[in-house]
Amino acid sequence: MALMKILVAFIILWPLAGFLLNGLGRNYWSKKVIAYKATGYIVASFIASIFAFLYVQDHGAVTVHYFDFIHTASLTIPFDFKVDALSSLFLLVITGVGSLIHLYSKAYMQEESSPHYARYFAYLNLFIFSMLLLVLGDNYIIMFMGWEGVGLCSYLLIGYWFSNGSYNYAAKKAFIMNRIGDLGFLLAIFWLIAKLGTVSYNEVLTAESLAKLSNADITGITLLLFVGAMGKSAQIPLFTWLPDAMAGPTPVSALIHAATMVTAGIYMITRSNILFSHSEITQNIVAIIGISTALLAATIAIKQNDIKKVLAYSTVSQLGYMFLGLGVGAYSGAVFHVITHAFFKALLFLGAGSVIHALHHEQDIRKMGGLKSKLPITHITFLIGCIAIAGVPPFSGFFSKDEILAAAFEKNKIYWVLGLVGAAMTAFYMFRLYATTFLGKFRGSNEQEAHLHESPLAMTLPLIILAILSAVGGAIGIPEIMGGHHWLASQLSTIVSTPHEASLTVSTEWILMGVSVAIVATSLLIALSKYSKQTDEEPSSAIGKFFYHKWYIDELYQKAIIEPLNEFSLFLKEFIEKKVIDGAVNGTGKLVQFSARKVRLIQNGQAGYYILFMVVGIITLFLIWFNDIYILRFIHTLTQK
Amino acid sequence: MLILFLLIPILTAIVLLFIKKNTLASPTAITASLATLALAVFASFNKVEAFDMAWLPSLNSRFTLEADGLAKILILLTSISLPAIFIATAKNQYKQKNIFLSLLLFTQAGLMGVFLAGDALLFYFFWELALIPVYFLCSIWGGEKRIVITFKFFIYTFLGSLFMLIGILFLNAHTAEHSFSMQAFIHANLTDGQKITAFALFFIAFAIKMPIFPLHTWQPDTYEQSPTAVTMVMSAVMVKMGLYGILRWLLPLFPAAFAAHTHVVVFLSVVGILYASFIAIRQDDIKRLIAYSSIAHIGLMNAAIFTTTGIGIQGALIQLFSHGINVLGLWIIADILEQQTGTRSMQQMGGLAKKQPTLAILLVGFALANIAMPLTNAFVGEFLMFNGLFILNPWIAAFAGISVVLAAIYTLNMVQKVAYGEISEKINNMPAPNKAAQTVLIILLIIVFVTGVYPQPLFTLTADTLQQLLAK
Repeated sequence: MALMKILVAFIILWPLAGFLLNGLGRNYWSKKVIAYKATGYIVASFIASIFAFLYVQDHGAVTVHYFDFIHTASLTIPFDFKVDALSSLFLLVITGVGSLIHLYSKAYMQEESSPHYARYFAYLNLFIFSMLLLVLGDNYIIMFMGWEGVGLCSYLLIGYWFSNGSYNYAAKKAFIMNRIGDLGFLLAIFWLIAKLGTVSYNEVLTAESLAKLSNADITGITLLLFVGAMGKSAQIPLFTWLPDAMAGPTPVSALIHAATMVTAGIYMITRSNILFSHSEITQNIVAIIGISTALLAATIAIKQNDIKKVLAYSTVSQLGYMFLGLGVGAYSGAVFHVITHAFFKALLFLGAGSVIHALHHEQDIRKMGGLKSKLPITHITFLIGCIAIAGVPPFSGFFSKDEILAAAFEKNKIYWVLGLVGAAMTAFYMFRLYATTFLGKFRGSNEQEAHLHESPLAMTLPLIILAILSAVGGAIGIPEIMGGHHWLASQLSTIVSTPHEASLTVSTEWILMGVSVAIVATSLLIALSKYSKQTDEEPSSAIGKFFYHKWYIDELYQKAIIEPLNEFSLFLKEFIEKKVIDGAVNGTGKLVQFSARKVRLIQNGQAGYYILFMVVGIITLFLIWFNDIYILRFIHTLTQK
Repeated sequence: MLILFLLIPILTAIVLLFIKKNTLASPTAITASLATLALAVFASFNKVEAFDMAWLPSLNSRFTLEADGLAKILILLTSISLPAIFIATAKNQYKQKNIFLSLLLFTQAGLMGVFLAGDALLFYFFWELALIPVYFLCSIWGGEKRIVITFKFFIYTFLGSLFMLIGILFLNAHTAEHSFSMQAFIHANLTDGQKITAFALFFIAFAIKMPIFPLHTWQPDTYEQSPTAVTMVMSAVMVKMGLYGILRWLLPLFPAAFAAHTHVVVFLSVVGILYASFIAIRQDDIKRLIAYSSIAHIGLMNAAIFTTTGIGIQGALIQLFSHGINVLGLWIIADILEQQTGTRSMQQMGGLAKKQPTLAILLVGFALANIAMPLTNAFVGEFLMFNGLFILNPWIAAFAGISVVLAAIYTLNMVQKVAYGEISEKINNMPAPNKAAQTVLIILLIIVFVTGVYPQPLFTLTADTLQQLLAK
C-alpha cells in the first residue's frame, strides 16, 4: 500500500513537474534540455505505470488516499486514486503512447523558438497530468478535474499558434462545446450527491446504491453522464469541434484528439457500466447516437481532401463505434477498440505529420501522390495503420471492431448492418487517403519534390513501434472461437458488471466475420484501384456536395444557435439594460433632481448633492445622538398603530 | 486586538493627509496595510477575544467587535486586497495621491468595522463610513462621466442605507431593552407580518449593495468610471458587505421570512446570473465585462445562500473569499492594460501574449479561475453552491448551470481579444512590464491554486459560522 502510494504519486506528479519546470523555465533552457526533460518525465511515468500495472495483476485493485479535497459536515470528497484493471490499462496507453508522441514532437516541433517549444511541451505534460487524474481518480469529482483539465490542454494546444485568429476560434469552439457536455456531467454528479451523498466509485457503483435509486434517477444520471461523454468524445450533436481541433500541431492531434482525450467518454461509461446497464433507455440512446455518429462522420470523411480532416472524421466515426459497443453492453469490446484505435490512429496521425513535415506544411492530398518511394518508412507504417483501421485480419482493428459488431448483431441486427456499412466506408476512405497520398505520381511543386525527405529517427521510431502494435495489438483480445482466451475481457471481468457472453453459435460468428471481411476487402480494393491514378475533383452531385460540406452542420449551428444567442445578448444589452432598466432608474433620478431644483436646495453642480447628503447624514446622526428619545418615540408611535 | 483592525487604517489615513510627498505616501499606505495583513493572518488561525466598550449609552448601543469564521474570512480578504491594490497601483498617477490613499484607508476601516460589528447601530455606522469615502473617490478621481455616475451610485446606496436604518430602528423599538445587540434583535418581539416588513427593509439594502437584478445598473457604470484602485476595493470587498449582511443579520434574525422568500429570491438571482452573463458576452470594454461577470458570480452566491442548504451556504462562505481574490486579479490586469495601452476597448488590444507573455499567462490564469476550472479556488465554491441549488430544485440548478457555459464564452472571448492574435498598435506601444503589479498577481494566483487544490483551511475557518447558521 505504502509502495503504491508513492508509485501513484510519481505517476501523476512527474508530468506535473515537467509542466512546471518547462513552463517556468521556458526562457532559460535549450530546446534539447526541454524536449528530453518533458519526454523523460513521461517515460518515467510510463515505467512507474508498468509497475503499477504489474502490482494490480498480482494483488488486485488498490485505492490510495492522500487527503480530503472537500470535507464538510454533509459531504466528503477525498483526494483518492484507484489503480485497478481498467485504470491501469488506460495508464499504460496514456503514458506509453504519450511517451512516443513526446519523442516524435522533439523533431516535429524543431522549427519553433525555444520559449514556444517549451510552452508546447509544458502543455503536453499538463495534458498527460490531467488525463492521469481523469483515469486514476477514485470518484467522479477527481475524474471531473481531469475531464476539464484535458479540455483546457486541448484548448491551449489547438490555439498553440495563437497569432492565427481562426485557430483561436477553433480552440474556443472546442472548449465551449466541451463545456456544454461538462455541464451535463456536473448535473449528474449533483444528482448522485443529492441521492446518495457520495461520489466515490466504491460507494456509488454498488448494488446497495442502485437499490436507493429509482429507474428515473438511473436514467437521468446516465443520460447526463452521456451528455458529458458526447462533448468530450465528439458525438452527435457535440462533434463539430473535433475536426476543427486539427488546427493544433499534428502530434497533438495524434495524442489528444485521437488516442487519449477523446476516449475519455468511453472510459467514463465503462467505469459507470453498472448504472448504464440498468437503464435500457440510456443504452439504446447511446447505441443509436454511436452508430449515427459513426455513419455521419464516415460519409464526410469520404469527401475530404485535407489529410488531417480525413483522419479527424475517421476518429469521430471510430468513437461512434465505441459508443455503439457501449450501448449494446460490449464494454470490454469498446475498451478493446479504444486501445487498438489508440495505436493505429496515433500511428496514422503521426504518419500524416511525417508527410506534412516532408512537404513543408502541405495538407491537401490532391497535391501529394507518389510518396511511396520517397518516404519508405512513413509509407509502410501508414499502410499498416490503414489496414488495421479498415479491419483486415489479423491486424488489431479487425478483432476489436469485430467484437463490437458481434455484440451489435446480438442486440439488434440493424445495428450490425449499419455497422457493416460504416466498416465498408472506413475501408474506402482510408484507402482513398492512402492511395491518393502514396501511390501514383507526385503532384506537388518541383521545389517540394526536390526537398522530399524521410523524417528523422525521432519521428520514424514512434511510427515503427506504433505500426508493430497496430499489427499485433489484437492479440490481447483474440476471441475463443479462434483459440484465444480473450485476455482483455478476463482482465476487465471484475469491473464490467455483465461481461459480454457470446451466445452466438460458433458458426454464426464465423459467418459474421466472413461477411465483414468480404465487404471490407471489396471496398478497399475499389478505393485502391480508383485512387491510385486519379484524385477527387470538387464534388458535383448534390449528395457529394452535401458530404463535402459536412452536412452543413456548422452552418446550421451558426444560424440556429450562435446568431440568435448573439442577437439576444445584444437585445438585452442595448434595449433591456439601457432603455428599460436604466431608463427607469434614470427617470427616477431625474425626478429627484427636478424636485430638488424645485425646492432650491441645490443651485448648481453635483457638489450640491454631497452637501445634501452630508446634511441629511449629520441631521440623522444629530437626531440619534442628542435626541434619540424623540426619534424612538416617533417610531414607537408608528409601530404601535 | 480586533480594535487594531480599525485603528491602524484610521490612524494611517489621518497621517496620510499630511504627507504631501508622493514618494512617501504610497510606502506609508503599503506598510500600514501589510501590518493589517499580518494581523489578519494571525487572527485567522487563532481565537480572538471580542472587543466591547460603551459607545452610545443613551441608546443602549455598544461598541462591540466580534470575529467568527465569517468575519475572519472577510477580514482576511480585505487585508489581502488593500496591500495588493496599493502595490499594484503604486505607479499610477493620481492628483493629491495622499488624500486618495487616505480615503481608501478610511474605506478599509469602514469595511473592517462592518465585518466585525456585533451591534446593529455600529454596523450601520461602519456601513456608511465605508461608503462615504468611495463617493468622494469616484466623484473626484473618476472618469469623464464620473459626476452623473456617482450620483446614481449615491442615490442607490443611500436609499439602501436608509431602508436599513429604518429597519434597524424598527427592530430596536421592539427589543426588550431597546438594545441594538445581535442577541436582542434575535429575541425581538415581532409579529410574523412585522418580521416580513423588517426582512424586506434589510433585504433591499443588501440587494442593492450586491447588487441583485434588476437593482444592478449602478454597478457596471460605477466600476467603469471609478479609478480602478477604487473599483478593486468595491468589487473585491465591498460587494461582500451585502452578502455578509444577509449571512450575519438577515438569516439569523428572520429565518422564517427568509425561508418563505427562498424561491422568489433564488429565481431573481438566477435570472440575474444569466442576464448578466449574456450581457457580458457583448461587452467590448474590459472593465464592463468584468463588472457584468462579477454580477453573475455574486448572484450565484446570493442564490446559494438563499437555498438555505448547508452545502450551498458552505460554498458561498468560501466563495466570498475566493471571488474576491479572483476578481481582484482580473481588475489588476485590466488596470495594467488601461494604464499601459490607454484604452479599455478589447478590440484595440490583441497580441499581448507576444508583447508581455507573463502578463498574458497571468490573464489566462485568472480567466480560468473566473470560469471555475477545477483545481482553482472558484471551482470548490461554485461546485458546492450549484450543489445547493440542485438540492433546492434540479431545474433551477440546470437553468443556472447555463451560466457555466456562458462564462466560458465571455471569458475566452476576453482572453482571445486581449492575449491572442497579431500584435495591435496599442499593445505594441506598451512600456516595460509593471513588475510590482505582476508580483502581486503571481501571489494572488498562487492563492487561487493552493486554495483550489487544498481548500480545507477555508472550510475549517468558516466551520463555526456554518454550524451556527444551520442550528437555526
